[in-house]
Amino acid sequence: MPVIPQGARPVLDEADISRALTRIAHEILERAKGAEDVMLLGIPTRGTFLADRLAARIADVEGTTVPVGSLDVTMYRDDLRLKPARALERTEIPDEGVDGRLIVLVDDVLYSGRTIRAALDALNDLGRPRAVQLAVLVDRGHRELPIRADYVGKNLPTSQRESVKVRLREHDGVEHDAVYLGIESETAI
Amino acid sequence: MKRHLLSTADLSRDDAVLILDTAEEIARLAARPIKKLPTLRGRTVVNLFFEDSTRTRTSFEVAAKRLSADVINFSAKGSSVSKGESLKDTALTLEAMGADAVVVRHSASGAAYRLATAGWSSSHVVNAGDGTHEHPTQALLDAFTMRRHLGGFEERRVTVVGDVLHSRVARSNVHLLATLGARVTLVAPPTLLPVGVESWPCDVSYDLDAAIPGSDAIMMLRVQRERMNGGFFPTEREYSRRYGLDAQRMAKLPDKAIVLHPGPMVRGMEISAAVADSDRSVIVEQVANGVSVRMAVLYLLLSGSESAIGSEEGHSQHQNTEPKGAVA
Repeated sequence: MPVIPQGARPVLDEADISRALTRIAHEILERAKGAEDVMLLGIPTRGTFLADRLAARIADVEGTTVPVGSLDVTMYRDDLRLKPARALERTEIPDEGVDGRLIVLVDDVLYSGRTIRAALDALNDLGRPRAVQLAVLVDRGHRELPIRADYVGKNLPTSQRESVKVRLREHDGVEHDAVYLGIESETAI
Repeated sequence: MKRHLLSTADLSRDDAVLILDTAEEIARLAARPIKKLPTLRGRTVVNLFFEDSTRTRTSFEVAAKRLSADVINFSAKGSSVSKGESLKDTALTLEAMGADAVVVRHSASGAAYRLATAGWSSSHVVNAGDGTHEHPTQALLDAFTMRRHLGGFEERRVTVVGDVLHSRVARSNVHLLATLGARVTLVAPPTLLPVGVESWPCDVSYDLDAAIPGSDAIMMLRVQRERMNGGFFPTEREYSRRYGLDAQRMAKLPDKAIVLHPGPMVRGMEISAAVADSDRSVIVEQVANGVSVRMAVLYLLLSGSESAIGSEEGHSQHQNTEPKGAVA
């Protein structure tokens, strides 16, 4: 995958992403009335890095550290049979466990909602959270399931022929974070 | 194109590392309250065992069930039909039942290869031990256990000691460990080394004491009396004295070296009880890791529209190394 998609235009730059994450961190704290039982679980790969950033911001604002982990949903996907077998990503549940906690799932792009459905199933096998919320950097619409995000960095109206690519410093070897909107290449449809 | 796991010689380094990495992620799930994953729901895995096995069959059964596959245990022990026919008829029966994967163990070398390539069945075939040829998932779980303790394979020395002649585990391990970059030394009396061992990617020695000080891992093999019909060594005592691992020999191993055994062990023969129960021994861990590794293999072969690992039907490198005594 090229570092920056060909022919794609940036829709969010580093400062936009930073402001969005700061706002989401505040919104999480406001709704939860503090950080007491909050746990962030990022969905690999980019959701994991976004969860780490959110945790750092919550620590800045509230002065307490919230547990952060990652939740791989590959084994729970509904499209496994449609694509070649794929490698698993890391699942790392903090020692505190999910029971009785407010779990905030973190992902980069919300699209069909199928990844989140898989994440809810995966979470169900890990324990019984008090509540589950969803934070995403970009909501691009076109849901195929009754799923919505509680915290959205940016609502981005798209057509299904377009592709949304998030590029993060920690993961993509880019100098600056950005979100790109481009036309899906013929082969990828 | 159906893909199979028949031999570790067919695995590229990328394939092998993918299996080990996948097993590593799966092993982390073993601590969860609900160990079952929905991944292979609706798939059928048949355990087709023509030879006795508790460890391997149970391990495959647990692995398939943890992935929510349906498991059918088909034990063909005691069948009076000649082996070739029996395998074919059984394969046709399983085909009619709609098996997605067949895990096969057979006393004839090449049985799994035959099952995969004869056109009797459209299932994925996993070799769970064919005669004295290969036992790939055992080698994978050995490699998995070694990687966890040694950190990697480059510059690591693995010594495999004992009845190499009758050991499918030894052959699978030599190919896999060489692919992964480790240096393997086989140690055995000349009578227990197979013909052609000089072409294997490993060193060969008759002297255990010379090999011990440089070993990062040492794997003891059981002397397979049930496959022996001649005098391969003078007495058990002499074998044990020259090729057994006891506390004295273990003391000469490097500090962090580990002791493996594919099981079943014969305590007092190839390994002393003191060694088997020592903190160097990872034998019990090997069994636990077996489930994770087999889950990884089943997941990578069965979960997608195309398998991520394995050799393709009729395109296997295996043909070049087809073992003698293949099932007719």
